[in-house]
Amino acid sequence: MDFSLTEDQRMMQESLSRTLAEASSLDRVRRFAGDPVDRGADIWAALTDFGLPGIVIPEEYGGLGLTLMDAALMSEALGRAVTPVPFLAAVLAPLALRLAGSSEQQAKWLPKLASGEVTAAVAISEGVAGARDGAGVMASGCKLKGKALFVPGGLGADLLIVADTGGGLHLVEGDAAGLTREIMTGIDLTRRMAELSFDSVAAEPLTGDKGALARLRDAGWVLLAADTLGACDVMIEKAVAYAKERKQFGRVIGSFQAVKHLCAEMAAELEPCRSLVWYAGYAFDAAPEESSLVAAHAKAHLSEVSRFIARTSTEVHGGMGITDLLGLHFWFKRVGLNRQLLGGPERVRALAAQMQGLTA
Amino acid sequence: MDLRLTPDMEAFRDEVRGFLDHHKDRYAPGAGADRPREAATEWQALLIDNGYAARTIPKAYGGYGAKPDILKSRIIAEEFTAAGAPRGFANQGISMLVPTLLEVGSEEQKTRWISPTLRGETVWCQGYSEPGAGSDLANLQTKAVEDGEDFLISGQKIWTSTAAQADMIFCLVRTEPQAPKHDGISYILFPMSTPGIEVRPLKTMTGSAEFNEVFFTDVRVPQSAVVGGRGRGWFVANATLKHERGMLGDPNATEARFATLVDLMKTEIVDGQRLIDNPVMADRLMALQARVMTMKFNGLRTLTASMTGESAGMAAMVVKLQGCELNHQIAALAIDALGELGVLYEDGSHLRAKGTWQRSYMFDLGLIIGGGTAQIQKNIIAERGLGLPREPKLAVV
Repeated sequence: MDFSLTEDQRMMQESLSRTLAEASSLDRVRRFAGDPVDRGADIWAALTDFGLPGIVIPEEYGGLGLTLMDAALMSEALGRAVTPVPFLAAVLAPLALRLAGSSEQQAKWLPKLASGEVTAAVAISEGVAGARDGAGVMASGCKLKGKALFVPGGLGADLLIVADTGGGLHLVEGDAAGLTREIMTGIDLTRRMAELSFDSVAAEPLTGDKGALARLRDAGWVLLAADTLGACDVMIEKAVAYAKERKQFGRVIGSFQAVKHLCAEMAAELEPCRSLVWYAGYAFDAAPEESSLVAAHAKAHLSEVSRFIARTSTEVHGGMGITDLLGLHFWFKRVGLNRQLLGGPERVRALAAQMQGLTA
Repeated sequence: MDLRLTPDMEAFRDEVRGFLDHHKDRYAPGAGADRPREAATEWQALLIDNGYAARTIPKAYGGYGAKPDILKSRIIAEEFTAAGAPRGFANQGISMLVPTLLEVGSEEQKTRWISPTLRGETVWCQGYSEPGAGSDLANLQTKAVEDGEDFLISGQKIWTSTAAQADMIFCLVRTEPQAPKHDGISYILFPMSTPGIEVRPLKTMTGSAEFNEVFFTDVRVPQSAVVGGRGRGWFVANATLKHERGMLGDPNATEARFATLVDLMKTEIVDGQRLIDNPVMADRLMALQARVMTMKFNGLRTLTASMTGESAGMAAMVVKLQGCELNHQIAALAIDALGELGVLYEDGSHLRAKGTWQRSYMFDLGLIIGGGTAQIQKNIIAERGLGLPREPKLAVV
């Protein structure tokens, strides 16, 4: 029985954090956020050198052949650095191909995804978080019709994995006729989303595993929870550092129990979450029968804890907390998007009750 | 991460299950506190003989004498919880005094007290808190004045559980009134039957007297009853408070309590609908399940850390604060789900679970306060965990 990270996992996570300190500094994130045409190509190139696009792609296709647990640890580091890349899609797209793609489809796309030559996005929001504003994609024959909203990384992706209203998955090439994309600008400027419109767009069905959408959802929940975990760590570190340095009434504010207890409450809420995220990542590969439930709880619980931490960290910083100059808002908004993507906590908890057969 | 058990450990689990199955007639499901003392001490003896209680206490002092193996202890805890079998005694004598004696007691003290304590023949109470010494325990004023070979002890203790049943007390007293407050305290053992001791039950909001006040008037105790050296009592006691905090917020017990709540919500009907079918109640239940799971995995993480001898750091520091609050919230949801039924407390045809949920709801609030209040826990987390500075001391006026 060993409930801890391996030495390799720790080293890989630290190594990614070092890469990100250079490639995705707060200055670089600010430039990305301020420039809607900045695609972050330099950041993606650094991450491609690191091997991230191929993290869950088997070695025979040029990937690293690692597990979702490893991907979650990478996601945590990316959340720490509020890195402006669509990592969620970089994991889910190859996962979709592995779960439901034919061997030809895998052989065609996985090596290109692993090398970073092709980028992909995954449009599954309607099937997981629910359809809004009449969105939904209908499949008939090999053509797709309709709209998919809230697609992270969907603006520039060369390849799209699209869920239809029946839960089936389809491959669409980025230059297909009848496909249009529009930017959806949210509060989190580190991850732009797209609205995709399909007007009789040619698509290839992924005909394998019928449960593939649920597996993608579970993996997505784990990755978002891990991203939130990393972002929360930073918000606590920043609050604690500020409380040790900022003086009022002739003493550092961290010596006042009113402030000190806010910091303690944040740490007490977050620290046990690390174990929940680890287990959710582990269960995806090692205990699939538990995976959906623990992924749901990781997603929903981290969402709740992060809302408390984002607000509390801001308050510990006083007036500085709400300024653009301080930049805490990048983390605040990052967890705000993570909370709603692929379902807010109430929806996810309702699903958690259903999966256990507690409710119909 | 690899949560599989080795074949050795799986075999050990089977062994524990076999034992529990073989003896299942000796414990009714859920039996615990209500058992007559004789049945309880017989069960305890059986557990010690088989290594399921007092497992790591040396044989010479009446224990089972196994090497410490945290994983085996965990397996025992899990299997006993799963079977609904009563664990070995977890009273203050066993969980606090015995570790203290093993750490700092004299050979004579160990030989004399540990074995009868383990077997339930000697019951102890703890004399720490006083009316003026709660979170600021070192402010205690109960004095022990030298009189020949003895001390004469006078003062008052409060929050003393089991004082009326206890044969003995382990007590903090001030032996050096001139010394700085942390250096003037001694840890001393004496019989509760000594003349000059008065025990007054302290009734709480649950309606029962779970605690007592204990008054001492010139209680004569030999100086040889001090443990760990005269004036060293503060340091001796701190070693045991650590053990007490470890006891509170056990994730296995919380998981079992949550399972009871799930059963309740699946079976109770209001307006022809199960409680779980109310989406608001289901949402609250799921939010708590996430917390129960989180603390369970946090427990596995701290377990791994202690197996490898690493410090679990923050993960261990938050257990008392988070665990006690979670237990309280589980009881609160049970009461809300039961609605008007949830307020019933006296025996009657509509009463559910003998009023356990209300009792837990009230008693658990006491646990949030006892053993280091939530606010003291937050100071510890902030100062030792996050490195924030202590509140400056006010000049004494």
